[in-house]
Amino acid sequence: MQKYFHSVMLDTEKCKGCTNCIKYCPTEAIRVREGRAQIIEERCIDCGECIRICPNRAKLAVTDPLERLAEYKHTIALPAPSLYAQFGPRVKPGDILGALLDIGFDDYFEVAVGAEIISACLAKYLRDSDLPRPLISSACPAVVRLMQVRFPGLLEHIVLLDTPMEIAARLAREKAMQKLGLKDEEIGVFFITPCPAKVTAVKQPFGNRSYVDGAISMSIIYSDIKNALQSPSTIIRENRSPAAGVGWGKAGGENHAISEHWSLLAVDGIHSVINLLEEIERGGLSDIDYVEAQACTGGCIGGPLVPQNLFVSRVRMENLVKILHAEQEQLPPIKVDYDSCKLPGPIKPRPTLMLSEDINEAIKMLEQVEKITADLPGLDCGSCGSPSCRALAEDIVRGYGESSYCVFKLKEKLQILAREMVVLSQMKPPAMGRETLKDNQNKQ
Amino acid sequence: MKMEFEVRGMDFNRAGEAAAQIKKALQMVGMKIETIRKTVIVAYEAELNIVIHAHKGILSAVLLPDRVQITAADEGPGIADVSLALQEGYSTAPPHVREMGFGAGMGLPNIQRCSDKLDIESRPGYGTTVTAVIINRPGGE
Repeated sequence: MQKYFHSVMLDTEKCKGCTNCIKYCPTEAIRVREGRAQIIEERCIDCGECIRICPNRAKLAVTDPLERLAEYKHTIALPAPSLYAQFGPRVKPGDILGALLDIGFDDYFEVAVGAEIISACLAKYLRDSDLPRPLISSACPAVVRLMQVRFPGLLEHIVLLDTPMEIAARLAREKAMQKLGLKDEEIGVFFITPCPAKVTAVKQPFGNRSYVDGAISMSIIYSDIKNALQSPSTIIRENRSPAAGVGWGKAGGENHAISEHWSLLAVDGIHSVINLLEEIERGGLSDIDYVEAQACTGGCIGGPLVPQNLFVSRVRMENLVKILHAEQEQLPPIKVDYDSCKLPGPIKPRPTLMLSEDINEAIKMLEQVEKITADLPGLDCGSCGSPSCRALAEDIVRGYGESSYCVFKLKEKLQILAREMVVLSQMKPPAMGRETLKDNQNKQ
Repeated sequence: MKMEFEVRGMDFNRAGEAAAQIKKALQMVGMKIETIRKTVIVAYEAELNIVIHAHKGILSAVLLPDRVQITAADEGPGIADVSLALQEGYSTAPPHVREMGFGAGMGLPNIQRCSDKLDIESRPGYGTTVTAVIINRPGGE
Protein backbone atom coordinates (compact mmCIF):
# COMPACT_ATOMS: atom_id res chain seq x y z
CA MET A 1 0.00 0.00 0.00
CA GLN A 2 1.04 3.55 -0.67
CA LYS A 3 2.49 5.14 2.44
CA TYR A 4 1.69 8.71 1.46
CA PHE A 5 -1.19 10.12 -0.52
CA HIS A 6 -0.13 12.58 -3.19
CA SER A 7 -2.21 14.97 -5.22
CA VAL A 8 0.69 15.73 -7.54
CA MET A 9 1.01 12.99 -10.16
CA LEU A 10 2.68 12.36 -13.48
CA ASP A 11 0.95 11.87 -16.81
CA THR A 12 3.37 9.35 -18.31
CA GLU A 13 1.89 9.86 -21.79
CA LYS A 14 2.82 13.54 -21.79
CA CYS A 15 6.19 13.35 -20.02
CA LYS A 16 9.06 13.63 -22.47
CA GLY A 17 11.75 13.03 -19.88
CA CYS A 18 13.06 16.58 -20.08
CA THR A 19 14.75 17.61 -16.85
CA ASN A 20 13.00 20.89 -16.07
CA CYS A 21 11.07 19.61 -13.06
CA ILE A 22 13.94 17.88 -11.27
CA LYS A 23 15.87 21.12 -10.94
CA TYR A 24 13.01 23.12 -9.42
CA CYS A 25 11.82 20.59 -6.88
CA PRO A 26 12.57 21.99 -3.41
CA THR A 27 13.00 18.55 -1.86
CA GLU A 28 14.87 16.89 -4.76
CA ALA A 29 11.98 14.47 -5.03
CA ILE A 30 12.02 13.87 -8.80
CA ARG A 31 14.31 11.76 -10.98
CA VAL A 32 14.15 11.02 -14.69
CA ARG A 33 14.57 7.32 -15.36
CA GLU A 34 13.88 5.46 -18.60
CA GLY A 35 12.83 8.69 -20.23
CA ARG A 36 10.12 9.55 -17.69
CA ALA A 37 9.96 11.59 -14.53
CA GLN A 38 9.48 9.63 -11.32
CA ILE A 39 8.36 11.17 -8.04
CA ILE A 40 10.00 9.88 -4.87
CA GLU A 41 6.91 9.48 -2.73
CA GLU A 42 8.46 10.04 0.69
CA ARG A 43 10.02 13.33 -0.32
CA CYS A 44 7.20 14.95 -2.31
CA ILE A 45 5.48 17.74 -0.37
CA ASP A 46 2.80 18.44 -3.03
CA CYS A 47 3.85 22.07 -3.42
CA GLY A 48 3.10 21.95 -7.14
CA GLU A 49 6.30 23.68 -8.31
CA CYS A 50 6.70 20.93 -10.92
CA ILE A 51 3.17 21.58 -12.22
CA ARG A 52 4.14 25.19 -12.87
CA ILE A 53 7.46 24.42 -14.53
CA CYS A 54 6.55 21.43 -16.75
CA PRO A 55 6.52 22.59 -20.39
CA ASN A 56 4.56 19.51 -21.47
CA ARG A 57 1.82 19.75 -18.85
CA ALA A 58 2.75 16.27 -17.71
CA LYS A 59 2.49 17.07 -14.00
CA LEU A 60 -1.02 17.27 -12.70
CA ALA A 61 -2.92 17.62 -9.47
CA VAL A 62 -5.47 14.94 -8.73
CA THR A 63 -8.54 16.66 -7.32
CA ASP A 64 -12.13 15.56 -6.76
CA PRO A 65 -14.63 15.86 -9.61
CA LEU A 66 -17.96 17.66 -9.12
CA GLU A 67 -19.71 14.31 -9.66
CA ARG A 68 -18.71 13.36 -6.13
CA LEU A 69 -21.44 15.66 -4.82
CA ALA A 70 -23.92 12.89 -5.72
CA GLU A 71 -22.42 10.68 -3.00
CA TYR A 72 -23.90 12.82 -0.23
CA LYS A 73 -27.38 13.80 0.88
CA HIS A 74 -26.27 17.33 1.79
CA THR A 75 -23.27 19.08 0.24
CA ILE A 76 -21.44 22.15 1.48
CA ALA A 77 -18.96 24.24 -0.53
CA LEU A 78 -16.00 25.77 1.27
CA PRO A 79 -14.66 28.56 -0.93
CA ALA A 80 -11.02 29.44 -0.20
CA PRO A 81 -10.54 33.21 0.25
CA SER A 82 -8.42 33.21 -2.92
CA LEU A 83 -11.54 32.30 -4.95
CA TYR A 84 -12.96 35.80 -4.37
CA ALA A 85 -10.01 37.32 -6.26
CA GLN A 86 -10.57 35.36 -9.48
CA PHE A 87 -13.33 37.51 -10.94
CA GLY A 88 -13.86 41.05 -12.13
CA PRO A 89 -14.44 44.03 -9.82
CA ARG A 90 -18.25 43.80 -10.04
CA VAL A 91 -18.40 40.21 -8.73
CA LYS A 92 -18.79 40.23 -4.95
CA PRO A 93 -18.50 37.29 -2.52
CA GLY A 94 -22.31 37.10 -2.33
CA ASP A 95 -22.49 36.52 -6.10
CA ILE A 96 -19.88 33.74 -5.95
CA LEU A 97 -21.68 32.03 -3.07
CA GLY A 98 -24.92 32.22 -5.08
CA ALA A 99 -23.14 30.69 -8.06
CA LEU A 100 -21.89 27.79 -5.93
CA LEU A 101 -25.49 26.97 -4.93
CA ASP A 102 -26.55 27.21 -8.57
CA ILE A 103 -23.85 24.70 -9.54
CA GLY A 104 -25.36 22.16 -7.17
CA PHE A 105 -24.11 22.66 -3.65
CA ASP A 106 -26.81 22.69 -0.96
CA ASP A 107 -25.00 25.17 1.24
CA TYR A 108 -21.69 27.01 1.69
CA PHE A 109 -19.43 28.06 4.51
CA GLU A 110 -16.78 30.68 3.90
CA VAL A 111 -13.21 29.62 4.75
CA ALA A 112 -12.64 33.35 5.37
CA VAL A 113 -14.78 32.89 8.51
CA GLY A 114 -12.45 30.08 9.62
CA ALA A 115 -9.54 32.44 8.99
CA GLU A 116 -11.23 35.11 11.09
CA ILE A 117 -11.52 32.63 13.97
CA ILE A 118 -7.91 31.43 13.62
CA SER A 119 -6.71 35.05 13.54
CA ALA A 120 -8.34 35.58 16.94
CA CYS A 121 -6.80 32.31 18.22
CA LEU A 122 -3.36 33.36 16.96
CA ALA A 123 -3.46 36.56 18.99
CA LYS A 124 -4.14 34.50 22.12
CA TYR A 125 -1.51 31.92 21.14
CA LEU A 126 1.11 34.64 20.73
CA ARG A 127 0.26 36.01 24.17
CA ASP A 128 0.26 32.68 26.01
CA SER A 129 2.70 30.41 24.24
CA ASP A 130 6.16 29.75 25.61
CA LEU A 131 7.22 27.92 22.45
CA PRO A 132 10.54 28.98 20.88
CA ARG A 133 10.35 32.17 18.78
CA PRO A 134 9.63 32.82 16.07
CA LEU A 135 6.40 30.86 15.92
CA ILE A 136 5.67 29.57 12.43
CA SER A 137 2.22 29.43 10.81
CA SER A 138 0.60 26.04 10.24
CA ALA A 139 -1.69 27.33 7.49
CA CYS A 140 0.26 26.31 4.38
CA PRO A 141 0.44 22.51 4.26
CA ALA A 142 3.28 22.55 1.71
CA VAL A 143 5.43 24.57 4.12
CA VAL A 144 4.58 22.25 7.02
CA ARG A 145 5.54 19.20 4.94
CA LEU A 146 8.70 20.96 3.73
CA MET A 147 9.64 21.35 7.37
CA GLN A 148 8.87 17.68 8.11
CA VAL A 149 11.31 16.66 5.37
CA ARG A 150 14.03 19.32 5.46
CA PHE A 151 13.68 21.22 8.75
CA PRO A 152 12.61 18.70 11.42
CA GLY A 153 14.44 20.73 14.05
CA LEU A 154 12.05 23.63 13.52
CA LEU A 155 8.79 21.66 13.84
CA GLU A 156 8.46 22.76 17.46
CA HIS A 157 8.08 26.35 16.21
CA ILE A 158 4.85 25.56 14.38
CA VAL A 159 1.69 26.89 16.01
CA LEU A 160 -0.47 23.93 16.90
CA LEU A 161 -3.67 25.42 15.58
CA ASP A 162 -5.83 23.91 12.88
CA THR A 163 -6.15 25.55 9.48
CA PRO A 164 -9.00 27.92 8.53
CA MET A 165 -10.19 25.24 6.10
CA GLU A 166 -10.57 22.63 8.86
CA ILE A 167 -12.25 25.08 11.26
CA ALA A 168 -14.72 26.12 8.56
CA ALA A 169 -15.42 22.49 7.66
CA ARG A 170 -16.04 21.48 11.26
CA LEU A 171 -18.39 24.42 11.91
CA ALA A 172 -20.25 23.83 8.63
CA ARG A 173 -20.71 20.18 9.52
CA GLU A 174 -21.89 20.92 13.06
CA LYS A 175 -24.36 23.50 11.72
CA ALA A 176 -25.80 21.05 9.20
CA MET A 177 -26.10 18.32 11.83
CA GLN A 178 -27.88 20.60 14.30
CA LYS A 179 -30.15 22.52 11.93
CA LEU A 180 -31.08 19.72 9.55
CA GLY A 181 -30.69 16.74 11.85
CA LEU A 182 -28.31 15.04 9.41
CA LYS A 183 -25.82 12.32 10.24
CA ASP A 184 -22.10 13.00 9.87
CA GLU A 185 -21.73 10.63 6.91
CA GLU A 186 -24.66 12.19 5.04
CA ILE A 187 -22.82 15.50 4.76
CA GLY A 188 -20.25 16.12 2.03
CA VAL A 189 -17.94 19.07 2.63
CA PHE A 190 -15.90 20.20 -0.40
CA PHE A 191 -13.06 22.70 -0.36
CA ILE A 192 -12.57 24.82 -3.49
CA THR A 193 -8.80 24.62 -3.61
CA PRO A 194 -6.09 26.82 -5.13
CA CYS A 195 -3.38 24.13 -4.71
CA PRO A 196 -2.57 20.41 -4.60
CA ALA A 197 -1.07 20.73 -1.10
CA LYS A 198 -4.55 21.31 0.34
CA VAL A 199 -5.88 18.25 -1.48
CA THR A 200 -3.24 16.18 0.27
CA ALA A 201 -4.01 17.91 3.58
CA VAL A 202 -7.61 16.68 3.20
CA LYS A 203 -6.67 13.09 2.36
CA GLN A 204 -3.79 12.93 4.82
CA PRO A 205 -4.49 15.48 7.58
CA PHE A 206 -2.04 16.67 10.23
CA GLY A 207 -4.75 16.26 12.89
CA ASN A 208 -6.68 13.09 13.71
CA ARG A 209 -9.25 13.52 10.97
CA SER A 210 -10.17 15.97 8.26
CA TYR A 211 -13.67 17.44 8.35
CA VAL A 212 -13.40 17.96 4.59
CA ASP A 213 -14.54 15.16 2.28
CA GLY A 214 -13.02 16.35 -0.96
CA ALA A 215 -11.20 19.15 -2.71
CA ILE A 216 -12.26 20.58 -6.04
CA SER A 217 -9.74 22.41 -8.17
CA MET A 218 -10.43 26.12 -8.53
CA SER A 219 -9.43 26.07 -12.18
CA ILE A 220 -11.85 23.21 -12.92
CA ILE A 221 -14.88 24.78 -11.22
CA TYR A 222 -13.99 28.24 -12.57
CA SER A 223 -15.97 27.97 -15.81
CA ASP A 224 -19.00 26.57 -13.97
CA ILE A 225 -18.95 29.56 -11.63
CA LYS A 226 -18.53 31.96 -14.54
CA ASN A 227 -21.53 30.44 -16.29
CA ALA A 228 -23.60 30.46 -13.13
CA LEU A 229 -22.79 34.13 -12.59
CA GLN A 230 -24.45 34.84 -15.95
CA SER A 231 -27.44 32.63 -15.17
CA PRO A 232 -30.73 34.27 -14.11
CA SER A 233 -31.29 31.51 -11.52
CA THR A 234 -28.27 32.66 -9.54
CA ILE A 235 -29.16 35.11 -6.79
CA ILE A 236 -26.89 37.02 -4.45
CA ARG A 237 -26.51 35.16 -1.18
CA GLU A 238 -25.93 36.28 2.34
CA ASN A 239 -22.26 36.51 3.16
CA ARG A 240 -20.16 37.39 6.16
CA SER A 241 -16.84 37.73 4.30
CA PRO A 242 -14.79 39.32 7.07
CA ALA A 243 -12.11 41.58 5.58
CA ALA A 244 -9.36 40.11 7.76
CA GLY A 245 -10.31 36.54 6.87
CA VAL A 246 -10.62 37.22 3.14
CA GLY A 247 -7.19 38.87 3.21
CA TRP A 248 -5.64 35.51 4.19
CA GLY A 249 -5.86 34.63 0.49
CA LYS A 250 -2.81 36.71 -0.30
CA ALA A 251 0.69 36.94 1.14
CA GLY A 252 0.82 39.19 4.19
CA GLY A 253 -2.91 38.86 4.86
CA GLU A 254 -2.49 36.45 7.71
CA ASN A 255 -0.14 38.82 9.55
CA HIS A 256 -2.41 41.73 8.79
CA ALA A 257 -5.26 39.92 10.54
CA ILE A 258 -3.26 39.50 13.75
CA SER A 259 -3.07 42.50 16.05
CA GLU A 260 -0.28 44.86 15.10
CA HIS A 261 1.85 45.11 18.21
CA TRP A 262 3.72 41.89 17.46
CA SER A 263 6.82 41.61 15.31
CA LEU A 264 5.44 39.72 12.31
CA LEU A 265 7.30 38.46 9.26
CA ALA A 266 5.69 37.31 6.01
CA VAL A 267 7.57 35.21 3.45
CA ASP A 268 6.21 33.70 0.24
CA GLY A 269 7.60 31.52 -2.54
CA ILE A 270 9.01 28.12 -1.57
CA HIS A 271 12.66 28.96 -2.25
CA SER A 272 12.43 32.17 -0.19
CA VAL A 273 10.75 30.16 2.56
CA ILE A 274 13.69 27.74 2.54
CA ASN A 275 16.18 30.60 2.88
CA LEU A 276 14.26 32.05 5.78
CA LEU A 277 13.90 28.69 7.57
CA GLU A 278 17.67 28.22 7.23
CA GLU A 279 18.16 31.55 8.95
CA ILE A 280 15.86 30.54 11.82
CA GLU A 281 17.75 27.26 12.07
CA ARG A 282 21.05 29.14 12.44
CA GLY A 283 19.61 30.78 15.54
CA GLY A 284 18.62 34.08 13.97
CA LEU A 285 15.27 35.88 14.06
CA SER A 286 14.42 35.22 17.71
CA ASP A 287 13.28 38.87 17.77
CA ILE A 288 10.43 37.91 15.41
CA ASP A 289 7.24 36.66 17.08
CA TYR A 290 5.48 35.06 14.16
CA VAL A 291 6.29 33.95 10.63
CA GLU A 292 3.61 33.65 8.00
CA ALA A 293 5.17 31.37 5.39
CA GLN A 294 3.48 30.47 2.13
CA ALA A 295 4.86 28.10 -0.49
CA CYS A 296 3.39 30.01 -3.42
CA THR A 297 4.66 33.38 -4.52
CA GLY A 298 1.93 35.88 -3.69
CA GLY A 299 0.25 33.47 -1.26
CA CYS A 300 -2.81 31.32 -2.11
CA ILE A 301 -3.80 33.59 -5.01
CA GLY A 302 -0.54 32.38 -6.60
CA GLY A 303 -1.49 28.71 -6.20
CA PRO A 304 -0.83 26.27 -9.07
CA LEU A 305 -4.58 25.66 -9.51
CA VAL A 306 -5.87 29.23 -9.69
CA PRO A 307 -7.14 30.43 -13.07
CA GLN A 308 -6.37 34.15 -12.77
CA ASN A 309 -3.00 35.86 -13.16
CA LEU A 310 -1.43 36.46 -9.76
CA PHE A 311 -0.86 40.18 -10.21
CA VAL A 312 -4.40 40.76 -11.40
CA SER A 313 -5.90 38.78 -8.54
CA ARG A 314 -3.69 40.63 -6.06
CA VAL A 315 -5.20 43.98 -6.99
CA ARG A 316 -8.70 42.45 -7.06
CA MET A 317 -8.20 41.12 -3.55
CA GLU A 318 -6.72 44.36 -2.21
CA ASN A 319 -9.69 46.31 -3.56
CA LEU A 320 -12.19 43.80 -2.21
CA VAL A 321 -10.61 43.84 1.25
CA LYS A 322 -10.90 47.64 1.31
CA ILE A 323 -14.61 47.47 0.50
CA LEU A 324 -15.22 44.69 3.04
CA HIS A 325 -13.30 46.62 5.65
CA ALA A 326 -15.61 49.60 5.20
CA GLU A 327 -18.66 47.33 5.63
CA GLN A 328 -17.13 45.56 8.62
CA GLU A 329 -18.91 47.75 11.23
CA GLN A 330 -22.18 45.89 10.69
CA LEU A 331 -20.75 42.39 11.33
CA PRO A 332 -21.72 40.75 14.62
CA PRO A 333 -18.67 39.55 16.62
CA ILE A 334 -17.64 35.98 15.87
CA LYS A 335 -17.73 33.28 18.57
CA VAL A 336 -14.28 31.78 19.12
CA ASP A 337 -13.77 28.50 20.95
CA TYR A 338 -10.00 28.52 21.30
CA ASP A 339 -9.55 24.98 22.59
CA SER A 340 -11.47 23.37 19.76
CA CYS A 341 -9.08 25.00 17.25
CA LYS A 342 -5.96 23.33 18.62
CA LEU A 343 -4.19 20.49 16.83
CA PRO A 344 -4.21 17.26 18.88
CA GLY A 345 -0.41 16.86 18.95
CA PRO A 346 2.92 17.99 17.57
CA ILE A 347 3.83 17.61 13.89
CA LYS A 348 6.18 14.65 13.44
CA PRO A 349 9.33 14.70 11.30
CA ARG A 350 9.57 12.72 8.07
CA PRO A 351 13.23 11.71 7.86
CA THR A 352 13.71 10.82 4.21
CA LEU A 353 17.29 11.92 3.69
CA MET A 354 18.92 9.21 5.81
CA LEU A 355 21.29 6.95 3.87
CA SER A 356 20.97 4.02 6.27
CA GLU A 357 19.29 3.16 9.56
CA ASP A 358 22.72 2.24 10.92
CA ILE A 359 24.77 5.35 11.61
CA ASN A 360 28.14 3.63 11.08
CA GLU A 361 26.99 2.38 7.70
CA ALA A 362 25.48 5.81 6.87
CA ILE A 363 28.77 7.58 7.61
CA LYS A 364 30.62 5.15 5.31
CA MET A 365 28.04 5.79 2.60
CA LEU A 366 28.36 9.56 3.02
CA GLU A 367 32.13 9.23 2.55
CA GLN A 368 31.44 7.47 -0.74
CA VAL A 369 29.00 10.23 -1.73
CA GLU A 370 31.71 12.83 -1.13
CA LYS A 371 34.25 10.82 -3.15
CA ILE A 372 31.92 10.30 -6.09
CA THR A 373 30.80 13.96 -6.02
CA ALA A 374 34.42 15.12 -6.25
CA ASP A 375 34.89 12.89 -9.29
CA LEU A 376 31.80 14.15 -11.16
CA PRO A 377 32.09 17.25 -13.39
CA GLY A 378 30.06 19.52 -11.07
CA LEU A 379 28.08 21.09 -13.90
CA ASP A 380 24.71 20.02 -12.49
CA CYS A 381 23.39 19.64 -16.04
CA GLY A 382 20.68 17.18 -15.06
CA SER A 383 21.20 14.91 -18.09
CA CYS A 384 21.70 11.97 -15.75
CA GLY A 385 18.14 12.43 -14.51
CA SER A 386 19.21 13.58 -11.05
CA PRO A 387 18.92 17.26 -10.05
CA SER A 388 22.66 17.79 -9.43
CA CYS A 389 25.99 15.97 -9.53
CA ARG A 390 25.78 15.61 -5.78
CA ALA A 391 22.29 14.15 -6.01
CA LEU A 392 23.56 11.63 -8.59
CA ALA A 393 26.36 10.67 -6.19
CA GLU A 394 23.73 10.09 -3.49
CA ASP A 395 21.63 8.08 -5.91
CA ILE A 396 24.62 5.91 -6.86
CA VAL A 397 25.37 5.18 -3.20
CA ARG A 398 21.69 4.45 -2.50
CA GLY A 399 21.65 2.08 -5.49
CA TYR A 400 19.35 4.23 -7.65
CA GLY A 401 21.98 5.24 -10.20
CA GLU A 402 25.27 4.45 -11.90
CA SER A 403 28.22 6.64 -12.77
CA SER A 404 27.61 5.89 -16.46
CA TYR A 405 24.40 7.98 -16.17
CA CYS A 406 26.74 10.99 -16.34
CA VAL A 407 27.19 11.87 -20.03
CA PHE A 408 30.61 13.38 -19.33
CA LYS A 409 31.80 10.26 -17.55
CA LEU A 410 30.43 8.17 -20.39
CA LYS A 411 32.29 10.27 -22.94
CA GLU A 412 35.49 9.99 -20.90
CA LYS A 413 35.15 6.23 -20.86
CA LEU A 414 34.52 6.16 -24.59
CA GLN A 415 37.65 8.23 -25.24
CA ILE A 416 39.77 5.86 -23.16
CA LEU A 417 38.21 2.92 -24.95
CA ALA A 418 38.82 4.53 -28.36
CA ARG A 419 42.48 5.12 -27.52
CA GLU A 420 42.85 1.55 -26.35
CA MET A 421 41.29 0.33 -29.59
CA VAL A 422 43.87 2.26 -31.65
CA VAL A 423 46.71 0.78 -29.61
CA LEU A 424 45.20 -2.70 -29.83
CA SER A 425 44.73 -2.43 -33.59
CA GLN A 426 48.44 -1.69 -34.07
CA MET A 427 49.58 -4.71 -32.08
CA LYS A 428 50.46 -7.85 -34.08
CA PRO A 429 50.71 -11.39 -32.79
CA PRO A 430 54.12 -13.05 -33.69
CA ALA A 431 52.58 -15.24 -36.39
CA MET A 432 51.52 -12.13 -38.30
CA GLY A 433 54.98 -10.48 -38.51
CA ARG A 434 56.19 -11.90 -41.86
CA GLU A 435 55.98 -9.72 -44.96
CA THR A 436 54.34 -11.47 -47.89
CA LEU A 437 55.77 -11.77 -51.41
CA LYS A 438 53.09 -9.46 -52.73
CA ASP A 439 54.05 -6.74 -50.21
CA ASN A 440 57.70 -6.96 -51.29
CA GLN A 441 56.76 -6.61 -54.95
CA ASN A 442 54.68 -3.54 -54.19
CA LYS A 443 57.58 -1.94 -52.36
CA GLN A 444 59.86 -2.45 -55.35
CA MET B 1 34.25 11.23 7.93
CA LYS B 2 35.60 14.74 7.52
CA MET B 3 34.29 17.70 5.53
CA GLU B 4 36.27 20.87 4.88
CA PHE B 5 35.27 24.30 3.67
CA GLU B 6 37.37 27.31 2.82
CA VAL B 7 35.98 30.50 4.32
CA ARG B 8 37.07 33.95 3.22
CA GLY B 9 37.07 37.09 5.34
CA MET B 10 34.30 39.65 4.68
CA ASP B 11 32.47 37.27 2.35
CA PHE B 12 29.08 37.81 4.03
CA ASN B 13 27.09 36.74 0.99
CA ARG B 14 28.28 33.17 1.28
CA ALA B 15 28.27 32.90 5.06
CA GLY B 16 26.01 30.04 6.05
CA GLU B 17 26.68 27.85 3.03
CA ALA B 18 29.13 25.61 4.85
CA ALA B 19 26.77 25.28 7.80
CA ALA B 20 23.95 24.31 5.40
CA GLN B 21 26.09 21.58 3.81
CA ILE B 22 27.15 20.26 7.19
CA LYS B 23 23.50 20.15 8.24
CA LYS B 24 22.53 18.11 5.20
CA ALA B 25 25.37 15.66 5.86
CA LEU B 26 24.18 15.23 9.45
CA GLN B 27 20.63 14.56 8.24
CA MET B 28 21.93 12.01 5.75
CA VAL B 29 23.81 10.03 8.37
CA GLY B 30 20.80 10.17 10.66
CA MET B 31 22.13 12.24 13.57
CA LYS B 32 19.56 13.15 16.23
CA ILE B 33 17.52 16.32 15.63
CA GLU B 34 18.95 17.96 18.75
CA THR B 35 22.53 17.24 17.58
CA ILE B 36 21.75 18.77 14.19
CA ARG B 37 20.12 21.82 15.75
CA LYS B 38 23.16 22.55 17.92
CA THR B 39 25.72 21.77 15.22
CA VAL B 40 24.11 24.16 12.73
CA ILE B 41 24.40 27.02 15.23
CA VAL B 42 27.99 26.14 16.18
CA ALA B 43 29.10 25.76 12.54
CA TYR B 44 27.38 28.96 11.44
CA GLU B 45 28.75 31.10 14.28
CA ALA B 46 32.24 29.66 13.77
CA GLU B 47 31.99 30.34 10.03
CA LEU B 48 30.79 33.86 10.71
CA ASN B 49 33.67 34.51 13.12
CA ILE B 50 36.11 33.80 10.30
CA VAL B 51 34.14 36.04 7.92
CA ILE B 52 34.05 38.94 10.41
CA HIS B 53 37.48 38.79 11.96
CA ALA B 54 39.91 36.82 9.83
CA HIS B 55 41.61 37.07 6.46
CA LYS B 56 40.72 33.47 5.69
CA GLY B 57 40.20 30.14 7.38
CA ILE B 58 39.09 26.53 7.16
CA LEU B 59 35.87 25.25 8.69
CA SER B 60 35.77 21.51 9.13
CA ALA B 61 33.35 18.98 10.48
CA VAL B 62 34.24 15.50 11.66
CA LEU B 63 31.27 13.14 11.83
CA LEU B 64 31.42 10.21 14.20
CA PRO B 65 28.50 8.02 15.32
CA ASP B 66 28.48 9.47 18.82
CA ARG B 67 29.58 13.07 18.18
CA VAL B 68 30.32 15.87 15.78
CA GLN B 69 33.45 17.97 15.98
CA ILE B 70 33.49 21.41 14.41
CA THR B 71 36.83 23.13 13.93
CA ALA B 72 37.36 26.65 12.67
CA ALA B 73 41.03 27.44 12.07
CA ASP B 74 41.76 30.93 10.83
CA GLU B 75 44.58 33.24 9.89
CA GLY B 76 43.48 36.33 11.73
CA PRO B 77 44.29 38.77 14.50
CA GLY B 78 43.81 36.20 17.24
CA ILE B 79 41.98 36.76 20.53
CA ALA B 80 43.87 38.65 23.22
CA ASP B 81 41.64 37.58 26.11
CA VAL B 82 39.62 34.41 25.49
CA SER B 83 37.58 34.59 28.71
CA LEU B 84 36.53 38.13 27.83
CA ALA B 85 35.54 37.01 24.31
CA LEU B 86 33.28 34.36 25.84
CA GLN B 87 31.23 36.98 27.66
CA GLU B 88 27.89 37.81 26.10
CA GLY B 89 27.90 41.13 24.32
CA TYR B 90 31.67 41.53 24.20
CA SER B 91 32.70 42.24 20.63
CA THR B 92 35.67 43.54 18.72
CA ALA B 93 33.79 43.65 15.42
CA PRO B 94 34.35 46.91 13.49
CA PRO B 95 31.42 49.39 13.28
CA HIS B 96 30.65 48.66 9.60
CA VAL B 97 30.16 44.98 10.43
CA ARG B 98 27.86 45.84 13.32
CA GLU B 99 25.85 48.09 11.06
CA MET B 100 25.15 44.99 8.95
CA GLY B 101 23.60 43.37 12.02
CA PHE B 102 26.55 41.08 12.77
CA GLY B 103 29.15 41.15 15.54
CA ALA B 104 26.80 41.54 18.50
CA GLY B 105 29.18 39.64 20.75
CA MET B 106 27.03 36.50 20.82
CA GLY B 107 29.08 34.26 18.52
CA LEU B 108 31.39 32.53 20.96
CA PRO B 109 28.80 32.48 23.79
CA ASN B 110 26.36 30.79 21.39
CA ILE B 111 29.02 28.26 20.39
CA GLN B 112 29.71 27.57 24.04
CA ARG B 113 26.00 27.18 24.83
CA CYS B 114 25.47 24.68 22.00
CA SER B 115 28.60 22.56 22.41
CA ASP B 116 29.50 19.92 24.97
CA LYS B 117 33.21 20.67 24.83
CA LEU B 118 34.88 23.83 23.62
CA ASP B 119 38.53 24.55 23.10
CA ILE B 120 39.89 27.88 21.91
CA GLU B 121 43.53 28.21 20.98
CA SER B 122 44.69 31.62 19.94
CA ARG B 123 47.97 33.32 19.12
CA PRO B 124 47.52 37.06 18.80
CA GLY B 125 48.83 38.21 15.45
CA TYR B 126 48.65 34.72 13.91
CA GLY B 127 45.21 33.23 14.27
CA THR B 128 42.65 31.29 16.22
CA THR B 129 41.48 27.69 16.24
CA VAL B 130 38.09 26.97 17.76
CA THR B 131 37.23 23.31 18.35
CA ALA B 132 33.75 22.41 19.51
CA VAL B 133 32.33 18.96 20.19
CA ILE B 134 28.61 18.19 20.09
CA ILE B 135 27.61 14.81 21.55
CA ASN B 136 25.01 12.85 19.57
CA ARG B 137 22.80 11.80 22.46
CA PRO B 138 20.48 8.82 21.92
CA GLY B 139 17.47 10.66 23.36
CA GLY B 140 17.97 13.81 21.32
CA GLU B 141 14.97 13.48 19.01
